[in-house]
This record gives sequence, C-alpha cells and structure tokens, in this order.
Amino acid sequence: MNDLLVVTLLASGILYGTPLIIAGIGELLAERSGVLNLSVEGIMLMGAATAFWTSQSITEGPSWLALTAAILVGAFVGILVALILTFSVITMRANQVVSGLALLIFCGPLGLSNYLGTVGNLASSTGQHRLPKLDLFGLGDLAVVGPLIFNQDVLVYFSWILTIGAGFYLTKTRAGLHLRAVGEEPNAADAMGVNVVAYRYFHTLLGGALAGVAGAYYSLSISVNWVNNITAGAGWIAIALVILAFWRPLFVVIGAYLFGVVTSLGFTLQALGFKLPAELFSSLPYLLTLFAVILASGRLSKFNLKAPAALGLPFRR
Amino acid sequence: MLGVISCMKTGRKSELPNAELALEDPEVRLRNSALAARGITKAFPGVVANDRVDFEVLKGEVHALLGENGSGKTTLCKILTGFHQPDEGQIYANGKPTRFPTPASAFEAGIFMVHQNFSLVGPLSVAENVVLGWTQTRNWRFDKRKVEEQVFAAAKKFDMSIDPRATVSTLSVGEKQKVELLKALYRGAKTLILDEPTTVLTPQEAKQLFASLRRMAEEGEAVIFISHKLDEVSEVCDHVSVLNQGRPAGMANLREQRVDAQSLAKLMVGRDIHLRRKETTGLKPDAGIVLEIRNLNSVDSNGSAKLKNISLTVREGEILGIAGIAGNGQRAFAEAIAGLHLYGGGEIRVKGAALSSGNVRRSIEAGVAYVPQDRLGTGLAPGMTISENISLKSYRSVTHSVGPILRKKAIRDDTCRLLAEFDIKGQESSLVRQLSGGNAQKVLLARELTSDPNLIVVATPTRGLDVSATETVRDLLAQAAVRGAAIVLISEDLGEILDLADRIAVICAGEIQGIVDAEGAEIDAIGMMMLGKGSKENDSAAA
Repeated sequence: MNDLLVVTLLASGILYGTPLIIAGIGELLAERSGVLNLSVEGIMLMGAATAFWTSQSITEGPSWLALTAAILVGAFVGILVALILTFSVITMRANQVVSGLALLIFCGPLGLSNYLGTVGNLASSTGQHRLPKLDLFGLGDLAVVGPLIFNQDVLVYFSWILTIGAGFYLTKTRAGLHLRAVGEEPNAADAMGVNVVAYRYFHTLLGGALAGVAGAYYSLSISVNWVNNITAGAGWIAIALVILAFWRPLFVVIGAYLFGVVTSLGFTLQALGFKLPAELFSSLPYLLTLFAVILASGRLSKFNLKAPAALGLPFRR
Repeated sequence: MLGVISCMKTGRKSELPNAELALEDPEVRLRNSALAARGITKAFPGVVANDRVDFEVLKGEVHALLGENGSGKTTLCKILTGFHQPDEGQIYANGKPTRFPTPASAFEAGIFMVHQNFSLVGPLSVAENVVLGWTQTRNWRFDKRKVEEQVFAAAKKFDMSIDPRATVSTLSVGEKQKVELLKALYRGAKTLILDEPTTVLTPQEAKQLFASLRRMAEEGEAVIFISHKLDEVSEVCDHVSVLNQGRPAGMANLREQRVDAQSLAKLMVGRDIHLRRKETTGLKPDAGIVLEIRNLNSVDSNGSAKLKNISLTVREGEILGIAGIAGNGQRAFAEAIAGLHLYGGGEIRVKGAALSSGNVRRSIEAGVAYVPQDRLGTGLAPGMTISENISLKSYRSVTHSVGPILRKKAIRDDTCRLLAEFDIKGQESSLVRQLSGGNAQKVLLARELTSDPNLIVVATPTRGLDVSATETVRDLLAQAAVRGAAIVLISEDLGEILDLADRIAVICAGEIQGIVDAEGAEIDAIGMMMLGKGSKENDSAAA
C-alpha cells in the first residue's frame, strides 16, 4: 500500500517541500518586519556548502553529532550573510532590492558558495552523513500515514513545529503584535515605544539562519553531496511562496508541499518509466510560481491579504 | 504659592494681582509644572530649531503652544517626549530634572504625544493599536479577547464609544483621534501633547475633543495643545506660549486676560495680520454665470459612485466654498472640472463653453486654473526649476516658444517678474523642491493666476502654510475674485471657507448635501451636513 504512486509522490513532496517551508517561514518573518530579503537563494547555497563541508570534516564520533554541527554551522553562516544585508538596509538604509540582489550574486552559484565548493573539494565525494529517518513511536509502517507522518527526519518535524510556532508567535504574543506593527507602520510602532531597528535586525537574522538551515537540508538530506547551485532556485520559490501565502505561515506549508510534489513529479514519473522530456518537469515549479504570483496579485488582493505596508521601505525616525 | 494662599485667606480682590504675579513667576511655575523645559537648544543641519527655549505646563492646565511653521513647536514637543535629544538644556518632570533617552522612557513618566499624522497601524484593530508597545499586564502572551475587554473597559471609563474590534483603517478621522486619546488614557498619561489635533475634524468632533481635554484638565492632568487655529486657542486653553523662529516670543494667561485671535497672531508673527477677507467682495448682483455644472456623475473602478448628481453654478467674482471631510469626492470633483478626471455623466460649462470629460487642454483653453491639493505632485514638478514650472502651462504661447523651441530668455524674464510680483523667496533657477511650502504654493498660484483665468479651482490652498503665507494666499484669491474670476474653494478647514466664501456647498459621499450663504451660516448645520446628516430636501430647495 505504501508503494502507491500517491504515497511516493506525497513523500517526495514533503522531502522537497521541507527546505521551502524552513526558508519560507524565515523570509516571512523578515518580510513581516518590513525587510525584503532577496538573497535567500544565496544564503541557502552558503548554508548548503558550509554544512556539507562541516559534515564531511567530522569523521570521528557519532553521526548525529556531525549532523547537528553541520546544521548549526549552516544556521550560523546564514546569520553572518544576513548580517551584511541587515547592516546595509536597516542601518545604512540602502535599497533593499539592490542590496538583496548584490548579496545573492556574491553568495550565489557564480560566487562564494561555488568558491567554497571548489576550495573544499566538496564535489569530489558523496556525503558520509545523511539525516536519518526517525521512526516515531514505531508507527512508520502504518498504511499511508506511516511513511508520511511518522517516518521523517528531524528537520521535517522541525519545519512543522516552526510553522505552528510562527503562527502562534504572530497572533498570540506581544512580540508578534509588535512585529506586525513594525512591518505595517514602523513610525507608529516607534512612537509607541517599540524598538523598530531591533525588531528588523532580529527577524531578518532569524530568517537568514533559517535559510542557512534550509540550504543544509539539501546537502544533508535531499542530495547528500555537493554540486554547484545545488538548490537550483529554491530560494526564489520560497520568496514567491511568502507572497502566495499572503504572509501567513500555514499557507506557506500548503504551498511548499504543492511545490514539492510538482518538483518531484518529474523524477517519480521517470522512475516509473514514463518517457517525457525532463526539461518540462524541471520547469514546472517555476511555471507554477509565475502562475500563482499572477493569480495572487490580481483577484485575491481585494481581501485584506496585503503585503506589510512598510515592506521594502527604510525606517527613519 | 504662598501668595496664592494668603490671597485666599484675606479674600480681598486687591490682592489678586499679586497672587497672579506669584503664579507667573518662572520659578514657581517650574515647581508646580507637570512638564517643563529650561534653556532647550536643538540644532539640525542648517537650522536652529529651538534656541534656549523655556516652557512649562502646569497640572490641570490646557496650555497652547503657538507658532508659525518652522518655529520649532514640534521639535520642542519631540524633545519633551524623548524622540529627539536636546543639544543643551534641561527637561523637568513634576518639577524634577530628568532625561528621556527614548519615547518609552517618556511614557514611563506619564507623558504621551498624539502626533499630527497619528501613530496608528491601519490593518490592526483598535484594541491592538491601544496596547501596542504597552499593556496593563506585563505578559509575553497576547490574549486578544482579554485585551479587547480591557480596552472596552478603558473606553467606557472615559465615556468614549468605540468598538475595540474595529479595524483602524476603516475608522473616520475623528474616531482615529479617539483611539489616540484612548491610547494615552489607557497608559495612564498624566501629560498629554496634541500636535494640531483639529485640522481634520468636523466642528462637532472638535467640540467633543475640547470637552475631553477640559475634562482631563479638571482631573488634574496637563495638556499641551499645538495649533495655529487662533480661535480655538483662545476658546479652550488656559495659557498660551508663543514660539517665533525657535525663540520664545511671549506668553499669556488666557484665564486672566482676554486675548483675541488678532493679538495672538501678532504675538506669533510680530506684526498685524488680516486673516479675514476684505469687506469689498467682487460679487455684483448682475454678475454673469461662469461655471455651470449639471448632473455631474462619476463612478470609480469598483463601480461605486464617486460623484452623485452634482449641479451648481458659480458667478463672476463669487467664491464658492466646498466644505466636507477629506475623501468625500472633492478630488474627483476638482479634477472633473480641470479635465483630469473622466466622469460618466453630466455637463460642465465654463462661460457657456462645454468642457469634455478628461480633456485637460480643453479646460485650460476655457480659462480654468487648477491649484490642486498635492502641490508638489499634481501641481508642480519638484525636481524642476521655478521658471520651468512657471512655463509648464504657457509653453505653447507665442511669447514662450517658437515651434518646438522654447524661448528661454522670455520665460526667464517672465519668471523674474512673477517672483517679484508674488514676493517669492527663490531664484528663477532654484528647484521647486527646495522651496518652503508657502513659496511653492506661491509659485503655483503665480502660474495659475497670471493666465487671467475665468475660473479658479483651488483645493486646500493654505494647508501646511504659516500665518503670513496663509494671509498672502488668501489675499491673492480675494483679489482674483475682485478682478472677476469665479473661484471654487475646496477646503477641509471650515474656518477658511467661512472667512473667504460667499456661498458654501457641503459635500459628503460625493453628493452635495446643501448650499448655504456664508453670511449667517450655522456651523452646526454645516457640520451635520459634512457628516451626511443634513436635511437635503430643505437645502436644495433653498439653493
């Protein structure tokens, strides 16, 4: 029963969707504070490269220790890269689009992440550590829900907790209320004694850390090796997802799994022997992105589902 | 204080002056003050906003802070509330020296400022806005239900009817102001600073606000009231301090002295000011009709009506005031006449010539001058020079161009003449962006008025201008009327309309609620019509 096409598709949808959720929630928090981080893709690549390097360097000791270290390094590098952006757009009030794109090119497949891959000779060997599937409560063999819900790796569960946590944070905590106010009317929030600069720094750096972890997921779970441009545009899809999800965490998950399924559709069908051009399937997620963004910006914007009003704008008292 | 007590004991009237003198002594005032400043100096690049300013507000006092634009009122208040740090000088709270490094630290001391353009977050609810940055219970959780109950209770306590669940962006301006006041009261503010609170209110809303302020003062709280509406100041305030170019220019105790608007204006500007329209209007009984509008209708892209069945006429030399709360179709109405707005149905004629919908050139040729509300967007091109802006409308005329080539010299000469004539402080080559609001408005008026128009449509012509620039602009409009132009004056400032207009049309939700003569007009009736509650039948019959 668990070999059914649907189950296989959904399982790989979860696999490809997980980094989208983690990076997407991170981007959502940054955007809710008013900072548009266009360098997510670059941060993910940096996270993927450094996490893989770390996991390859640790040859002794238990595997979980190496993986934990790798994920933490990915997150830390994500914070470091995002720090460049925050200093530029929050402290120096530079244009967010230009800064984000410049940082993306700096870190991207033609930049630092590729350099790290070359210097570290990362592409020469396959990974020695892969995130293990956890068989929760021994229910992994249950029909359908077993492989989907009870037999996933730790970052899948983390992405679920992260989503629920982000939703709770935004609507049920004072800090979440302040975050929403900072993204909508930073001057009003400032007048009410909310530290706008601190909120923007914190959430953009948090978004950077999450993008780093999302990148690490590629080299520790999806591929378990390093090739240049390993994320192949997933960072952009994460940004599009935030728009499609109307800046709501729960919608990010739905969208991410939809994209995950579409991404894996090509591989799955090919594995089953369908003869269809691979290019068609690999272009599907991006076509879907385009389609969904058009849909979201037009008809649906009538409802109170708009971007944070101060998104992309520098704050000046 | 001793003087006051002794006077109370003896109860003899002759003692009063002494007692008052004692109260006016700066040292005594400082000791009794809720909030005070001594020797505050604050410089921004290129300008000294505050220069050794002394100021204090006593407990239980409504204290007006008067001054022209750029006189440093707002800067002073921002220093008093921790938004800016003074370069020099000392702040006192309850008579004791203190410092406010952040706005939050001023809240702690019970000082709250309501900013001119409100500090509200539109997409959030009333309750969420009220508790933003501060809740009664210092808890990391945000329990929406509980907060709504708290805010409702607070509103009830202060006699305010407001729904804590309403989204702020859907509220009227008056209601938004209530939310701001509620924020202050919820935080237990002891000193409240209001920056030009009434500019956008209807007369009724303003009255309610004044009642709330008086009540707060009676409860021993201090209120600082920034305004340039002089009538209001003499009506609601106990004490007035005047700033002029960053320096304290005088103060008066309004409870003791009757000070009228005229003398307040003199304190502010340092000379006599005539804000009222000159008695000689240009209106002749046999004046011909200039503007005639019949059944003007317009719908916006959503299909809801922007303008509903507007019919009116304006004669030579007449000023018709269009009163109403902002956003009730005034812009569409003005732009329909100027040819910027495509309207669905109806007819607009200027001196008999029909205008066509959305045709600016036709309107200009019919002699329509338009002074829009956003003078630096629709009115002027801020990145271009004064002379380029002046020639924007006349570049087609033979004096200013030969075929496609502009006659730069002629344009420059004309501009220099206008700069002198309209007393504009600036060079013909200076960018409009660099001008003050008053000078930019004068450039716009210079361009629009020199074409000797038949009809002038002006929207909020004195918004943001200081007293002397306001005087000039009003004079220019009155003179244009005397010369025989018909003027449509759109303004949110009812006082301005009452001062200038011959007749007043009140607009609400795109509909003319009624047209009344300015002379003997009842403010309350106009206020009701502004809210759409006027009896249309009666007024349209009268008009």
